[in-house]
Amino acid sequence: MKAIVKYISSIFSALKTLFKGMAVTGHYISHPKEIITQQYPENRETLKMFDMFRGEVVLTHSESNEHRCTGCSACEVACPNGTIEIINKRIEMPDGKKKKVIDKFVYHLSMCTFCNLCILSCPTDAIKMSQDFEHAVFDRSQLTKVLNKPASKLMEGVR
Amino acid sequence: MAETATNTNTGKPLETQEYFINMGPQHPSTHGVLRLMLTLEGETIHNVEPHLGYIHRSIEKMCEKDTYAQIIHLTDRMDYLSSHMNNEAVSLAVEQGLEVEMPERVKVIRTIISELTRLSSHQLWWGVFGMDLGAITSFLYGFRDREMIIDIFEETCGARLTMNYNVPGGLMFDIHPNFQKRTKAFVEHFRQKLPEYDQLLTGNVIFEMRTKGIGILSKEDAISFGVTGPTGRASGFSNDVRKHNPYSAYPQVEFNEVLREEGDSYARYKVRIQEMWESMSIIEQLIENIPEGDYKVKTKAVIKLPKGEYYQKVETARGEFGVYIISEGGKSPYRLKFRSPGFSNLSALNHMAKGVKIADLVVIMSTLDLVIPDIDR
Amino acid sequence: MNIYDFKSLTDSIHTSLSVNLSPSAVTIIEFIIIAFAFMMLFTLLGLILVYAERKIAAFFQLRLGPMRVGKWGIAQTAADAIKLILKEPLVTKNADKFLFNLAPFIIILSTFMALGAMPFAKGLHALDFDIGILYLTAVSSLGVIGILIAGWSSDNKYSLIGAMRSGAQVVSYELSVGLSLLTVVVLAGSLQFSEIIASQEAGWWIFRGHIPALIAFTIFMIAGTAETNRGPFDLPEAESELTAGFHTEYSGLKFAFFFLAEFVNMFIIAGIGATVFLGGWMPFHIGNWEGFNRIMDFIPSLFWFFGKVAFLIFLMMWFKWTFPRLRIDQLLRLEWKYLLPINLVNILFMAFIVLMGWHF
Ligand code: SF4
Ligand code: SF4
Repeated sequence: MKAIVKYISSIFSALKTLFKGMAVTGHYISHPKEIITQQYPENRETLKMFDMFRGEVVLTHSESNEHRCTGCSACEVACPNGTIEIINKRIEMPDGKKKKVIDKFVYHLSMCTFCNLCILSCPTDAIKMSQDFEHAVFDRSQLTKVLNKPASKLMEGVR
Repeated sequence: MAETATNTNTGKPLETQEYFINMGPQHPSTHGVLRLMLTLEGETIHNVEPHLGYIHRSIEKMCEKDTYAQIIHLTDRMDYLSSHMNNEAVSLAVEQGLEVEMPERVKVIRTIISELTRLSSHQLWWGVFGMDLGAITSFLYGFRDREMIIDIFEETCGARLTMNYNVPGGLMFDIHPNFQKRTKAFVEHFRQKLPEYDQLLTGNVIFEMRTKGIGILSKEDAISFGVTGPTGRASGFSNDVRKHNPYSAYPQVEFNEVLREEGDSYARYKVRIQEMWESMSIIEQLIENIPEGDYKVKTKAVIKLPKGEYYQKVETARGEFGVYIISEGGKSPYRLKFRSPGFSNLSALNHMAKGVKIADLVVIMSTLDLVIPDIDR
Repeated sequence: MNIYDFKSLTDSIHTSLSVNLSPSAVTIIEFIIIAFAFMMLFTLLGLILVYAERKIAAFFQLRLGPMRVGKWGIAQTAADAIKLILKEPLVTKNADKFLFNLAPFIIILSTFMALGAMPFAKGLHALDFDIGILYLTAVSSLGVIGILIAGWSSDNKYSLIGAMRSGAQVVSYELSVGLSLLTVVVLAGSLQFSEIIASQEAGWWIFRGHIPALIAFTIFMIAGTAETNRGPFDLPEAESELTAGFHTEYSGLKFAFFFLAEFVNMFIIAGIGATVFLGGWMPFHIGNWEGFNRIMDFIPSLFWFFGKVAFLIFLMMWFKWTFPRLRIDQLLRLEWKYLLPINLVNILFMAFIVLMGWHF
């Protein structure tokens, strides 16, 4: 007799636990407000990354197309995986002296691990992380970027 | 019964055979590229042989050419769900070599973020565990709550998973002004949502049938296999590094080391659920008054560790993570060895899975909470 | 009585055909019409149910589900169907080609045969046997042969395990489905669907049959879910254990057949449940509330049937998206230690009630 009572009560307690679980899912299906899906790309306008977000490395340029990179290669050294290549050139200054300036700041986005070490190492704060996250391209070669804009110059007073 | 069956043509008894099946490297429940060679008889498992090497990136070797600051970002990519704790282990080891004491602020922030990482890891584990059992819905509930933590990380350090937030000598940035507010909001939210986890799975009769008594690991075996973390603690092996070798701000906080005796899958599940409560209480103790001060100490641009050997262990979401550095005095280590918790935990799998069904193997593997890149560095 | 009767429609088709055609030609044409109607129904059901499942699962999981193809993703399943048709039908190298290709058709066949005996609405009933229930339970379990063949022939150990699981599962749960239906047969006194429905005019059996009917209904839902291989009993295709179980190696249209059959099977189980326990296309009546009953009569019988079916399907989806999966031995234990004995006692109990005339 006891066994039968136990058998039956086990069925009911089991059913109870099942209903408990169904109550949770039932709650969510009856509360569509709780839905967490974001409709990307429809929400592109409102979708804003946090300021700190590490999207990609960019070289900041002022309005007069000047940047702050002296070509010191500190970032190239700091980078753990050879993402940055600094290619310098020598130009002749008006006063006849030769000066080393940056020719190309090559950045391989496909290799970057977004570790932020380059940014920290730059003595002149020339580079920073942008919040851009839409990196998809159709051709891999487009991921190798030259960050200094054409004809850009070193900002006055930065050394 | 198989022994008594006979061939109807010859009248001889049928031969039964063990057979092999490859579970993985591409399999939904190995959570990565782990390959298990199963020896089966029917659905019963006779032997499990894990094969590694599908995601080996020779991280330890790479560390030998990197500077100490660069090593940190590699540890992100081992146990990516406990990236902060891995970072912390290397940072602490290097700081130990440099003989610098961290400011209180750094310690407290490191501890809070560690616990948040542990929470997010356990949440993800909970979701995935439900999915392995066939209750796919839990997956998304776990992710919903995890998203709040990930947002905190993203706002504070700019990355969602591979955070690289610790540097030898402190933190990379100071915390975001919103950090405290968001963290408190999260703890409040999650205190309400965690009982829901219990409602959905813990008490469920099917869930209990599937987990209770499955994959029992005794305390002795846990110790001899070196199984640590929640998995070891579910077998009664007290191994919490936060308690036994406290680091950062752990000496200041009150918390219980969650221990259970049963050592089965259910115990491992309960330990993790309970740890989430503990983590929340640790965060609550620290979040109110984060001490003022510097977020990093001044170190040389290129750190050189004095000649010697340094070891530091921390408690990650999966267990004891150790870093062993041998320095020859240069700017990169002469040799660096990681003790990853997942590797030792995986080694106990064969022992636990002998004689169970395939479905149970999935449960056991899931409760070990394996992260394959952590095992296969 | 009900004002929407499909009998007049079918009769008028029949008489208009009979005017200038021989009886055998009429029969053939009617066969073709019915076959065509069922094929349409089959595809339609597949499309709608897959869409419903995806949406409902999404809402259970705090997601939105398909949203891209058409408004609210309405055309998503149609797009998926086109994709599946265009896909290459792969066959594994060592597969038993004949059986491999045969399996999906067996499954489809069994679902078609079962669908044929469904009473959709008043007068809308392709086959009305006097052994309707027996026929339905018999053919709806033919599908397991297809699953076994699929698992065996595709030369994949995962498929084979899935198929063996499925065999064990369907064979056991057949019993419970049959017995729980018998409980109502005891009440209704007939195996013919039309009579079972007619016997529920005064009220559905689930209400009139006291506790035994309720128990039988619960068991039917559990066993029915198990028989269609749906979660929490989806062991034959448990994706976290066996990747995709018996249809791991199928692709393209053949996979689509398995996929559709699963959903249509769900419809069939829900249809049987609705017919036997919830009065089929009978409207909901309460005792002698004349006004209320009349309003209920205005809702066409087709809607009543599909509404009830939709409700039962929703229940099954709710199960699937809440519960963890059982293990194979637990699954069998549930059947042989719980459902079957309870069912047997339940039938006795019901017979006793009917004998004493205690039901309404
Ligand atoms: S973020 Fe890291 S990986 Fe990327 S360029 Fe900078 S240093 Fe290199
Ligand atoms: S970006 Fe900064 S660190 Fe890199 S080369 Fe230019 S100035 Fe030097």
